[in-house]
Amino acid sequence: MHKFLFQLAVFTYLLATAGFLVHIITLKKGVEKTATAFLAAGFCLHTASVVMRWIAAGHPPMVNLHESLSLFSWATVAAYLAFQWRLRVKALGAFVTPIATVIMAASSMQQKDILPLTPALKSIWLPIHASICLMADAVLLMAFCLAGMYLMQERQIKGKKLGAVFKRLPSLQTLDAMSGLCLKIGFPLLTLGIVTGSIWAEQAWGSYWSWDPKETWSLITWFVYAALLHQRLAVGWQGRRTAIMTIIGFIVLIFTFLGVSLLLPGAHTYSTWHE
Amino acid sequence: MSKPEIALLGVNHKTAPVEIRECLTLRNFPDSSPLELLSGIPGIKEAVFLSTCNRVEALVTCQGEDAIESVKQLWLSRSDLNEKKLNQSLYVHRNQEAIRHLFRVAASLDSMVVGEPQILGQIKDAYKKAVEAKATGMILNRLLHKAFSVAKRVRTETRIASHAVSISYAAVELARKIFGDLYGKTAMLIGAGEMAELAAQHLKTNGVKGLIVANRTLSRAVNLARDLGGKPISLDEVDQALVDVDIVISSTGAPDIILTRDRVKKIMRPRRHNLLFFIDIAVPRDIDPKVNDIENVYLYDIDDLKGIVEFNKAEREKEAARAERIVESEVIKFLSWMESLDIVPVIQRIQQKGEEIRQRELSRSKKCLKGLTAEQEKALDVMTRSIVQKLLSDPIIFLKKNVSPENNKQLLDITSKLFGLNERDGREK
Repeated sequence: MHKFLFQLAVFTYLLATAGFLVHIITLKKGVEKTATAFLAAGFCLHTASVVMRWIAAGHPPMVNLHESLSLFSWATVAAYLAFQWRLRVKALGAFVTPIATVIMAASSMQQKDILPLTPALKSIWLPIHASICLMADAVLLMAFCLAGMYLMQERQIKGKKLGAVFKRLPSLQTLDAMSGLCLKIGFPLLTLGIVTGSIWAEQAWGSYWSWDPKETWSLITWFVYAALLHQRLAVGWQGRRTAIMTIIGFIVLIFTFLGVSLLLPGAHTYSTWHE
Repeated sequence: MSKPEIALLGVNHKTAPVEIRECLTLRNFPDSSPLELLSGIPGIKEAVFLSTCNRVEALVTCQGEDAIESVKQLWLSRSDLNEKKLNQSLYVHRNQEAIRHLFRVAASLDSMVVGEPQILGQIKDAYKKAVEAKATGMILNRLLHKAFSVAKRVRTETRIASHAVSISYAAVELARKIFGDLYGKTAMLIGAGEMAELAAQHLKTNGVKGLIVANRTLSRAVNLARDLGGKPISLDEVDQALVDVDIVISSTGAPDIILTRDRVKKIMRPRRHNLLFFIDIAVPRDIDPKVNDIENVYLYDIDDLKGIVEFNKAEREKEAARAERIVESEVIKFLSWMESLDIVPVIQRIQQKGEEIRQRELSRSKKCLKGLTAEQEKALDVMTRSIVQKLLSDPIIFLKKNVSPENNKQLLDITSKLFGLNERDGREK
């Protein structure tokens, strides 16, 4: 049942993506609302699928690559819907939704069977640590999208070629402020994710920090975002430079999330399930 | 009673130069207003008179050819224009053409700058005047209201007015794409010129709060600052002011560049890299073009802005094609309403139906009435004819009497149902 709901959610996200893309091309009113409705419906299906998988497995579905990607997409959609509900940044859906859908598609290509939990993962810290990290990832993904939109709009205005993009994207200051807001939410979550992970490590392996690749790269990511936030808040950086750094930060983050697991061996790998 | 005709006579910026347009405004006659003059013409039932700087148009409903000719004569008698000149520049539209023309004008498709919204307000004013003078009736009331709603449809369903087509509007549009909401932002004018003042006004109406005016002669800055509600400073204080402003409009008469790249770069740190937007409308330019290379600084000069305006004008033309289709569909709707108003065909159809029934029944009865003399046959014919006529005469008189603006459509509907006129149509098909 949860697998069927999952496939249904993927399909609904696809429809939502199509809607947002049609809207950004034609700018027809109403299309965006429909797309948002599809996204919300997909989100409900997705939530139901996660809950049912949790019940079926008897442990939080945050263990293998399929589950992690699925929850990453879920958190992204949740973050987007919450964000747009309060703030309404135009055209953002056309950037975030396709990415969330691609993550879903990637998730659906993974091995989907429920496997027994290894002893090391049997802990209350699994859902706490994993969900905080995934939320941080989702919010920082939004910051990445907003920074990308900033660079596109900036290029138009700087180059004095005011074409289709100029008309469709929000103003520079809005994009910068919203991207900054996501950083301010995402960074504390990232910090909390590392702290909870460290506590869990102490309980599971008896040491807070053991420099396994995932931990090392998490720290690198944390430093990139810490530097960025410092430059923003203390030095007053804004605009192009911070947008570029936000993008770099996210690339490092994604490497930490996926690259390390897939390429470098260590305690965090999903590879035992993957291979 | 025959249906009144809608007619629109006029000249606009395309057909006539201003010397001719101003002759037709009918303004210089204290004895009577243009509306009174028009309404006074025999055969004219309703009238609206529109006179703007780009067009003079008389919209009337009338009966008969003479009425239109009389409007021309009115113009000729009230100006020094000769007939040949008037006929050269005057357009006369009737019914469908007139409706289409009015809709296009209201939707700003016939304007000098397509999509500029002022014309709609001007038509509304003209209509208000006509209503106050009781010069309008059922048809023009409906037509004008329809014109307003067509204009609204065009505005909301196409992007005809969404592209700035003047330098100062283009500057404001850009500022909004950089800063989003302009509320609470500060602008600085360096030097004073008509276009700079205009742009400053636009910025203020869009929410810009603080205004600083810098000028070579401080007294001029003081005067201008007073007019615009800003704060005057001297040119020496510009660097300091740059730290806090968001938008700079420069239009000095200086022969050389007054703001170099290095000068602007230096103030970016004290500004905490806040975005800064320069609009240089001076010729020769006031601001070093290289200023645009500084991060978070955007510089647009007069040619850049002109480029945007030209581009936007082309976009408007494209949107205009979509607007024309909206107009066309609304014209068709209005025409069908006009037709439904017409009482004559309904009466004809009632009479026709009566006659058909009479003929049918007569021929049926004739089978049993063989051997009638010609005289008797004639009497029978006369009798049946007068029965039908007398039966129908009261309803027809009632219809003709009760043709009134409000309940006309309803009346015709009920009549059609009472006499089964539509039903008969259906059976024929």
